Amino acid sequence: MKATVLVRPKAGILDPQGEAVRGSLAKSGFDIVSVRIGRVVDVEVETSDREKALAELEQMSHDLLANPLIESYEIELLEEA
Amino acid sequence: MTPERPKVAVVTFLGSLDDHDAVWALAALDADAQLVWHAESELPEGTSAVVLPGGFSYGDYLRGGAIARFAPIMDAVIEFAAAGGLVLGICNGFQILCEAGLLPGVLIRNASLSFVCRDVVLSVERTDTPFTSRCQQGQQLRIPIKHGYGNFTGDDELLAELERKSQVVLRYHGDNPNGSAFSIAGVVNETGNVMGLMPHPEHAVDPLLGSPDGALILASLIDAARERRTALV
Repeated sequence: MKATVLVRPKAGILDPQGEAVRGSLAKSGFDIVSVRIGRVVDVEVETSDREKALAELEQMSHDLLANPLIESYEIELLEEA
Repeated sequence: MTPERPKVAVVTFLGSLDDHDAVWALAALDADAQLVWHAESELPEGTSAVVLPGGFSYGDYLRGGAIARFAPIMDAVIEFAAAGGLVLGICNGFQILCEAGLLPGVLIRNASLSFVCRDVVLSVERTDTPFTSRCQQGQQLRIPIKHGYGNFTGDDELLAELERKSQVVLRYHGDNPNGSAFSIAGVVNETGNVMGLMPHPEHAVDPLLGSPDGALILASLIDAARERRTALV
């Protein structure tokens, strides 16, 4: 099964990269309130069992793909046709 | 009688850069320093301290230290630390210890977004740790840094707890080179046997290299390793 894991910097955690891009966009004339930069991880797992896939994705997101101290994550399981 | 040379294991991960410098500096300070390959599952027999060196293990992919903490040797390092063993993480080694949960907090990108490579001045906040016993309280140390991800942070609760439990051992004095919370440059775990720092003491053990101040940290570690080794015999 295919899934997408979205990793984002948690609210309140400084995001120097987002801050730099915000500054750059503002200089280019955009009216910018804020920019936060995260990461998209596309994962394909072997199993076709939805529950099992979700459990595995949850564990890998928590243990490796995100650092829960500073990042939150969302798992989107893509339905296969 | 010459004092015993304690065995200090320096781990080489794929992408470690400063492992040989760490071995050289530790040996110059009279330790029996040995390189240990990341794929080993055990530390050498009689190891009395472990150093995780600087570098860019696994290309800093995902986050600095995130991949290295799954190296086979890390299970042995975690076990060694849990039993009270002395572990020092320098730069990338500090990031690995944070990712492995042996130290609190995390190191994010420098606030400037730039890689910083220069000497900094540190102030010693604690001298009652195995890593700073040769220092004076409030002493200023000149030691180089070289990193892009040295900005120590955590949530407000974690940072408040670090201060409350006096786990901050080193702070940047004056100018904060990377934006780290409360100018934190080095921390210990609650039990005081695991330390991480961004500056590189192994690059500052001889006046010819600019400063001998890093030797105070490494020699403190070697003193403590020797005492523990002797206590075990």
